[in-house]
Amino acid sequence: MGHGGGGALSAELIDQVFAPAYGNPTLAGLADSAVLQLGGARLAFSTDSYVVRPLFFPGGCLGDLAVNGTVNDLAMSGARPAYLSTAFVLEEGVEIAVVDRVARALGAAARAADVTVATGDTKVVESGHGDGVYVTTAGVGLVPDGVDIRPQRARPGDAVLVSGPIGLHGVAVMSVREGLEFGIEIASDTAPLAGLVAAMLAVTKDVHVLRDPTRGGLGASLNEIARASGTGVRITERAVPVPDEVANACGFLGLDPLYVANEGRLVAFVPRGHADAVLAAMRAHPQGAGAALIGECVAEHPGMVTVATGLGGTRVLDLPLGEQLPRIC
Amino acid sequence: MKYIDEFNDPALARRLLDEIRATVTRPWALMEVCGGQTHSIIRHGIDQLLPDEVELIHGPGCPVCVTPLDVIDKALAVAARPDVIFCSFGDMLRVPGTDRDLFRVKGEGGDVRVVYSPLDALELAHRHPEKQVVFFAIGFETTAPANAMAVHQARRLGLDNFSLLVSHVRVPPAIEAIMTAPECRVRGFLAAGHVCSVMGTAEYPELAERFRVPMVVTGFEPLDILEGIRRAVHQLERGEHRVENAYPRAVREDGNPAALRMLEDVFEVVDRNWRGIGPIPASGWRLAEAYRAYDAEHRFDVTGIRTEEPAVCRAGEVLQGLIKPTECEAFGTACTPRTPLGATMVSSEGACAAYYLYRRMEDGIAPLGSRIPRKEMNPVG
Repeated sequence: MGHGGGGALSAELIDQVFAPAYGNPTLAGLADSAVLQLGGARLAFSTDSYVVRPLFFPGGCLGDLAVNGTVNDLAMSGARPAYLSTAFVLEEGVEIAVVDRVARALGAAARAADVTVATGDTKVVESGHGDGVYVTTAGVGLVPDGVDIRPQRARPGDAVLVSGPIGLHGVAVMSVREGLEFGIEIASDTAPLAGLVAAMLAVTKDVHVLRDPTRGGLGASLNEIARASGTGVRITERAVPVPDEVANACGFLGLDPLYVANEGRLVAFVPRGHADAVLAAMRAHPQGAGAALIGECVAEHPGMVTVATGLGGTRVLDLPLGEQLPRIC
Repeated sequence: MKYIDEFNDPALARRLLDEIRATVTRPWALMEVCGGQTHSIIRHGIDQLLPDEVELIHGPGCPVCVTPLDVIDKALAVAARPDVIFCSFGDMLRVPGTDRDLFRVKGEGGDVRVVYSPLDALELAHRHPEKQVVFFAIGFETTAPANAMAVHQARRLGLDNFSLLVSHVRVPPAIEAIMTAPECRVRGFLAAGHVCSVMGTAEYPELAERFRVPMVVTGFEPLDILEGIRRAVHQLERGEHRVENAYPRAVREDGNPAALRMLEDVFEVVDRNWRGIGPIPASGWRLAEAYRAYDAEHRFDVTGIRTEEPAVCRAGEVLQGLIKPTECEAFGTACTPRTPLGATMVSSEGACAAYYLYRRMEDGIAPLGSRIPRKEMNPVG
C-alpha cells in the first residue's frame, strides 16, 4: 500500500519500474500532465485512476474526484481542459443506483469544470476483485502560447503561494472511512482549478510552477518541486493555512497536516516581483479566497524543503515514506 | 486553533528561553522520558534554541521502540493465521521483526487492520464471530486503561473470540534502571504528562529523593516543554530535587482513579524485557489470572520463537540516552525509515526517526526518495 501513498515509495516504483519500461523524453518531465506539440497546438494530456473508499464522503464523491483530479492535472500545466475520457471498472454485485449516483456526479462536475466527456469504457470484474467502483479518467486541454509551467522551472527568488486551507479532503475522507467523528463535519475541498489558473495567468504568463498537492499533501509536492528544480524551498510553518478542524483531527491522530491530501488546492511558484499581483488575483477568485504566501525558493540546501518553526527553529520537511500511520498515543 | 496557537506562542517561548538562559550557570543534562516529547522538541527545533548548557537526552518512552522483538515476532505469527483478524495501532505496522513486519504479513494475505482504539477491535470481534480477533496491546500506562476496558467489555458481552497480545510497560522502573546505570548522565527528568494523567504523581517523589533529581511533569506542546525545562533548571541551580507538576491542565496528583481501578483489576505487574535495553524488574503488565482467557499468548501457540537483533543497531543506547542517534554508524546509511534496523528509526515517536526526518539538513544525509512521483495510486483520491 505504501507504494500508492504518493511519497518516497511511489517515486521508487516509478523510478525502478515504469520509467525504465516506457522511457522517452516526453515522460521524463514527470509533471502532473504531459505537454505535447501536435500540429500547431500545444496539448496537455493526463490520466489518473480513482479508487477512493468510501465512494461518497462529505463534500464530494468518486465521480467529481475523477473529473476534478484530471482537470487539475491539466490545469497544472497552465492548460485549459477540454475533453475527458472515463473508464469504469465495476465490481460484480454493486448496485446500479450507486453507479448512477457516481456517473451523475461525474457529469455534473464535468459541466462545472467546462469539459466534455467525449468517450468512455465499462468493465465488470468478479465479486471480491474490486472495491465497488473504480474510475479512470484521461483528459486533454490546450496550453496557451507563452506559458511554460513545470516543476523544473522553480528558481531561487520565487515566491511560494498556496491557494487556500490545506488538509480538508484527506481529513474528510478519513472521518468517514475510519468512522471517526471530530465533533464538526469536515467537507472535502474537491474543486476544479482551471478557472483559478486562468485568473493567475491573466496577471502574468511567467508562472514557473503549479502543482496540486493531492496524495502526500503539500509536503510531498514541495519536495517534488525542490528535487525537480534542484533548488531549496523554505516555508514558514505559521504562514501555512491549516483550518482548526484539520489541526484538531491531525493532532488527535498524530498526523502532520502538511502531508494530508487535498483535491481542490494548488501550490504556485511565481517570480517575487509578480507575487503580490498573483496573490491578489487568486484571492479574488472563489477557489483562491484563502490564498497565502507561505515561503520562498532559495539557493541554499538544494533539493530540500525546510520549515521555519513557529518558535524560530528550523527543520527538514521530507517526502513522506508512504501512508502516514496514526500513532499509538 | 485557539489552544494549539496558545501553546506555540513565540513571544512566550522567547520569555521562557530568556529565563532559562538567565538562570543556567553550568551544564545540565535533562531527559525527556516520552517519545512524543522528543518529537515535539526536534520538530519545533526547541533543542536549537536552548543555551548550550542545557542538553536534552532522549529517553526510552516510545512504546513502539521498546516492544521486544520476540513479541513482534509473536504478533507476526498470530497475524499470519488464516482464522485471525489482527488489529493494531498504525505505527506498529512498520516495526521490523526478525525477518519481516506486519505490513509484509498484510501484503501476504494476513488480515491486519489499523484501528484507533481497542474498542474498535472489540466491535470487529462482535461482527465476525467466525474469526479470532486479536488486539496488539502495547504501550505505557497511557494506553493500558483502554485495553483493560476492552477486556472488561469482552467479558461482559461474552465475546470469547477476542484477545489481547499484551506487552505493556511501566515508566517508574525504567527511570530507576536509567539512574542506576553506571554511565548515567541524567540530572533531571521531564516526566511524561500523558502517563501521569493516568497514574498521578505518587510514584515519583521517592525516585526524585533517592536519585536526587528534579522531576517535572511536562506536556507535549512547545511551551509545555520549555516550561518543564525552566522549572527543572531552576531546581538544579538551587540544588533542589522535587516533583513538580507543570501540566496541571491534564494531571492530578491522584491521576485517574477509575482508570487505576481498571488497571489493578485486569493486569498484574511482571518483569518485562525492553527492546534494546533488556529485562527490567517489575516494569510491565500482563493480564491477571482471572482474565488469562483473553491472553493471545495463551490462546495461540506462539512459543519457541527465536529472535535476532541486527548487530550494528545501537537503538538500545539511544533509548537509554547514552548516545545521540547520529552517533550510530548505521544512522542514515544502513538504517533509514525505508530500511529500519531498529524500531527507533521506524516509530513515529522514535528518536532516530525524529533526527532523520527533521535534522538531515545538518547532517548531510540523503533524502528519503530519489525522484518525484508523477501520479498517485491511492485510496484517498
